[in-house]
Amino acid sequence: MNLDRPQHAGAGPGGAAINAVDLVKTYPGDVRALDGIGLNVEAGTIFGLLGPNGAGKSTTVKILTTLSRADSGTAHVMGVDVARQPDRVRRMIGLVGQHGAVDSEATGRENLILQGHLYGMGGAALRRRVDELLARFGLTDAAGRIVKTWSGGMQRKLDVASGLIHQPRVLFLDEPTTGLDPEARADLWAEVQRLSAEGLTILLTTHYLEEADRLAGQVAIIDRGKIVARGTPDELKSELRGDAIVVELRDSVRDGHASAVLELLDGVHDPSISGRTLRARADDGARSVPTVLAALDAAGIGVASVTVARPSLDDVYLRHTGRAYRPESQEATR
Amino acid sequence: MTALAQTAYLTTRHVRFFLRQPWFIGIYLVQPVIWLLLFGALFKNVVEIPGFTIGASYIDYLVPGVLVMTALFSCGWSGMSIIEDLDRSIMDRLLATPIHRSAIIVGLNLYELVSFAIQALIIGGLALVLGAHFPGGLLGYSVLTLCAMLVGAIVASFSDAMALLLRQRESVIGINTLLTLPLTFLSGAFMPLKLAPDWISTVATYNPVNWAVEAGRDALSSTPDWSFVLPRIGLLVGLTILATAFATRTFRSYQRSL
Repeated sequence: MNLDRPQHAGAGPGGAAINAVDLVKTYPGDVRALDGIGLNVEAGTIFGLLGPNGAGKSTTVKILTTLSRADSGTAHVMGVDVARQPDRVRRMIGLVGQHGAVDSEATGRENLILQGHLYGMGGAALRRRVDELLARFGLTDAAGRIVKTWSGGMQRKLDVASGLIHQPRVLFLDEPTTGLDPEARADLWAEVQRLSAEGLTILLTTHYLEEADRLAGQVAIIDRGKIVARGTPDELKSELRGDAIVVELRDSVRDGHASAVLELLDGVHDPSISGRTLRARADDGARSVPTVLAALDAAGIGVASVTVARPSLDDVYLRHTGRAYRPESQEATR
Repeated sequence: MTALAQTAYLTTRHVRFFLRQPWFIGIYLVQPVIWLLLFGALFKNVVEIPGFTIGASYIDYLVPGVLVMTALFSCGWSGMSIIEDLDRSIMDRLLATPIHRSAIIVGLNLYELVSFAIQALIIGGLALVLGAHFPGGLLGYSVLTLCAMLVGAIVASFSDAMALLLRQRESVIGINTLLTLPLTFLSGAFMPLKLAPDWISTVATYNPVNWAVEAGRDALSSTPDWSFVLPRIGLLVGLTILATAFATRTFRSYQRSL
């Protein structure tokens, strides 16, 4: 699979809503944040961008939303070049950033009204739109209260509502559910799915593999400024051979020792260790468990627990980046 | 037209925030009063110094100085609002909308000037209570306030620019200590320049703060010399435009850093 093949701009009706070719971005100190990113997001779909800390997800979003400029490469949103005609792009996109960019000293309604004004909306049409969004996100009752008194989940909904005020064609959600409790997260997922069903194109970056698995039709995994895998979640999962075996060790062991033990076993592949968690793939998970346990026991490595699972996006992620996904770790802000 | 409307909306946002912070309003109102009372008491007797030829009470001399200094000190903190918006990603949200970049700067600076205008009213009222005379009347006081506002707008733009270039609170604090304080004291704000060392008089000739103080003070006198006042206002207007353009351009530097 040629991951970095160039993709040509072919936007317009039925074409790509977002198309990026060979984006490169370097920061002072020769930090190569993006090293030739190419993306193609079909109109009306949800696209998930996954990656570890500082991989380049946020940088990609910033370039596509005209906040930042690429050193080289081109990007189009709805067929419009983001570097050449940023104002046209800005009218077509909504941005919901990482940190919940709502004005916490203003009321919910004031936030939405200001956002509408900035897009040149006003009068009764804006008031109607604001009421509609408040109702849609269940914020009508809280609308007159100062936002800093709201819950995190409500603030995040207001953030999304602000990004939708001008009825954008493409919505960028940069880690929309980070820091939300499970209930608020499920709520927001449902809303994102409804928006997509209405034909909105959504590009989503996320800390949560489950989120991408649940929401995104297409996923790309980005690592060190490059796209290392792309496809539907199912395609990516089916590339993996067999089941995932996860062994929790009782004590941490010397690097590579435990995986070296599994390397020798038939029907067990791709062993890797991270902390006290040993992972491997097995052609037949259930039948491999006794062999794995016996081998570890023979090597004097204590085992606390073993689980066998069908492949998940976590496994895809691990396979392509060589690291386990840690949702609690913070994405570098740029 | 749209840029003006966008500016007005953004100014409204800051004014609304200001009105919801009672302690903030308190500080704003008390601060100029302190300057006036403190400097008024401290320098009360300097009018006795030979060569201090204004002939009136020191408070008459002091008001223009305090007004310009208050504008500098209030507007110098303007960049803090930029830092707040940067920290809370509100700036990114604004920059992702199709508004003119200048509207963000001008909208913020206008808010600083609106709140300064309230301070100017308080200073004027208090000065009258303390026995000051404004021979130039309302027109004179308005021209003085305008001069102070222009200096305030210049400093606010520099503060905004530093905030966008360095993106740290320290940069805004730095501009306040390194710029506003020396500029105030290298002017005739509190002491006639002919009583100051020659080098200070020379520096003051090129100091916009001094232009504002002297033009404002002259406008407030019984016989304003408009051929002295207006060119200085012209220079201040020119500098205000340049400083605003400079601050607006720093968005490019900020966006390059993203």
